[in-house]
Amino acid sequence: MGTPTLGHYLVLSGLLFAIGLAGVIVRRDLLIMYMCLEIMLNAANLSLVAFSRFSQQVRGQVLVFFVITVAAVEVAVGLALLVSLYRMKRTTKAEEITALKF
Amino acid sequence: MEGFLFWFSAIVLLGSAVTVIVNRSPVASALSLVTMILALAGLFGLLGAYFLAAVQVWVYAGAVMVLFLFIIMLLDVKAEEGAPLRALGVGAGLLTVFLLGAGFWHAIPASAWEASGMRVAESNDAASIGHLLFGAYVLPFEAVGLLLLVAMVGVIVLSKRDV
Repeated sequence: MGTPTLGHYLVLSGLLFAIGLAGVIVRRDLLIMYMCLEIMLNAANLSLVAFSRFSQQVRGQVLVFFVITVAAVEVAVGLALLVSLYRMKRTTKAEEITALKF
Repeated sequence: MEGFLFWFSAIVLLGSAVTVIVNRSPVASALSLVTMILALAGLFGLLGAYFLAAVQVWVYAGAVMVLFLFIIMLLDVKAEEGAPLRALGVGAGLLTVFLLGAGFWHAIPASAWEASGMRVAESNDAASIGHLLFGAYVLPFEAVGLLLLVAMVGVIVLSKRDV
């Protein structure tokens, strides 16, 4: 087990992103889909921190700081939307919300 | 030692990410997500980003996951029952995974696999991030602050029954 290189971290980040994408596609509960969105954002953060470490620049970490902030905002607004949707429809399943379906 | 820590964190990271999807119970999914976030914080620490590792634990494992668990309890989300797999869906999923994997693989340059042994001088990364945030990136920083304010007002408006 040698020292991990940039490639190791990038492959790990890609795998994590693929797992998150698969979750968004496979699961039908809006709450679990939000969690999988968080997984995808975290995968992007991992590759940014890895690039920042291997190119010896702190700027990548500043970008990760912004991504974490925006992800927190997204969760707050998304969960508030989910609560008001639950008040109207009494469900959190994506397939039962068909008001905009053509 | 660094190699062992990397592989340990990577296995925990991917395993708990898979458990988030596979678990039928939403609470178990949320707790798997906490494990994933802690493993990612460990990887951040391994990469020398100690400040971000701490922020990851505070913001994600603290605030965001409490919000998730709170909403799960509030809405009383039931475990999801299985649905039959459709051949078209499975095929489209496999094609997506293949295309995504091929794209990522070609995006990684060959130079990424060379062992670059030089370790960043253990500087105070919180201080350097702070200097960048209030120096070169002060405008995006203020914009993010405004975004937080707008989101707070929006969440209050959304959760009131009659505005």
